[in-house]
Amino acid sequence: MQPFTYERAASLEAAVAAVAARPGARFIAGGTNLLDLMKFQIETPAHLVDIRHLPLRAIEDLPDGGLRIGALATNTEVAAHPRVKREYGVLARAIVAGATGQLRNKATTAGNLLQRNRCPYFYETSLPCNKRQPGSGCSALGGVTRSLAVVGTSPHCIAQNPGDMAVGLRVLDAAVETIRPDGSQRRIAIGDFHRLPGDRPEIEHPLEPGELVTAVTLPRPPGGTHHYHKVRDRASYAFAIVSVAVVLQKDGTGRVAFGGVAPRPWRVEDAEALLPDGPAAVVKTAFQGATPTVENAFKIPLAERALALALSEGRA
Amino acid sequence: MSLPLSHEISRREVVTAAAVGVAAAGLPPAVGGQAAGSSGSLPLSLTVNGEHRRLDLDTRVTLLDALREHLHLTGTKKGCDHGHCGACTVLVNGVRINACLSLAAMHDGDEVTTIEGFGRPDRLHPMQAAFIAHDAFQCGYCTPGQICSAVAVLAEIEAGVPSHATGDLAAPMTLSSGELRERMSGNICRCGAYSNIADAVVDVAGRP
Repeated sequence: MQPFTYERAASLEAAVAAVAARPGARFIAGGTNLLDLMKFQIETPAHLVDIRHLPLRAIEDLPDGGLRIGALATNTEVAAHPRVKREYGVLARAIVAGATGQLRNKATTAGNLLQRNRCPYFYETSLPCNKRQPGSGCSALGGVTRSLAVVGTSPHCIAQNPGDMAVGLRVLDAAVETIRPDGSQRRIAIGDFHRLPGDRPEIEHPLEPGELVTAVTLPRPPGGTHHYHKVRDRASYAFAIVSVAVVLQKDGTGRVAFGGVAPRPWRVEDAEALLPDGPAAVVKTAFQGATPTVENAFKIPLAERALALALSEGRA
Repeated sequence: MSLPLSHEISRREVVTAAAVGVAAAGLPPAVGGQAAGSSGSLPLSLTVNGEHRRLDLDTRVTLLDALREHLHLTGTKKGCDHGHCGACTVLVNGVRINACLSLAAMHDGDEVTTIEGFGRPDRLHPMQAAFIAHDAFQCGYCTPGQICSAVAVLAEIEAGVPSHATGDLAAPMTLSSGELRERMSGNICRCGAYSNIADAVVDVAGRP
């Protein structure tokens, strides 16, 4: 790792001020992704502001019947919360489909949302990567692409968002709450939180320097049956080749988002409106405009089958 | 839009924050909290296996390296150093984590339990004894991590933490074969002693 200085933030205000004041400063909470990337010198922060002791860990009921998940609540704490298990099952299922028990015990809600991509060329520091070195080029294009995104990509980047939790949050219409260094707070819809690469693949989210995620909020439970299917190369502890989160209502309507296929959780509202017509219709619309490679074109029919499995489970 | 943020922060913390805000004017930004000096070293204290330990470490030292290289507790092993293999699994404040993916500095004030804290050769923890009884290792390198993880898995099931193998999320959790294998998937055994590891854990789990 490159040398860095470290401080434990004494308050929320001090934390955002400390990161805003120093170029190269970063927040650290669970650290499971950041420290991994620091060991590879893909991330080289000059200063770390440890926020784990800030009071942002509670999971609490909202007056409108929703749920507010503190940014520092661990993946395990969220998945094991009685209301998440009972009323937001798709979120619990998505979380436990990712990583391992050890990692979920440490990884936080906000950190999971902000995890970097797992494109092999992002990790290979001897090769160009537009996320790692903006403007250097994309080594994945023309490279090994089997795991990478098929839709929402650009000629500058085809990395997929690797998350599971975010796919569950996407079908639940979650929102991300933040605080900025000037003390102002804002709310970002989960659908706007992960940016498509366009010609600036290094910009992955709309957060400003020093802006800190404080919570993720869920609206009232959507009811219905909840499903999360993840297709991967081994039975446990692997990133998704394709995953699908579904909330299915008795009348056949519902919500659908796909993981492992795009630079963000991929939910197309026009596509999920076709749920009563079956999985083929949903996938055809959801993946309209897709630009898969020869190696990863299989993800689109695989997405249809994963959705079909979820729907058959919901009707059982 | 007004967000329900402030109610989480106690009055005392607001006062502290205000004081820090005043103090920070004209001082380096790091003064807001416990900070590392320009040398990058940091004093910290840990309770390891019930014993209070003080250290002064480079900020880059992981919890794993602090345990092995500075406290000479070499039971905890370094395998991949990237959170893939689980050889470095320890309990921090009773919860299992990968010690390789955590900075020692982040654990100032924490309680750490390593394999040395579970039992000694003359007074084994039931999980250690079960691993011997079931021949649950060959080379033994992954074993400390496997045992720390296994003890924690039983506590997680008790606490109602679901896994990818859980059927009904609302039903009481049980330790089926599928549950055990899924929950232990963060601990790799290169020798392939998995079936005997599973037997050892089931043996301990089945005891009253």
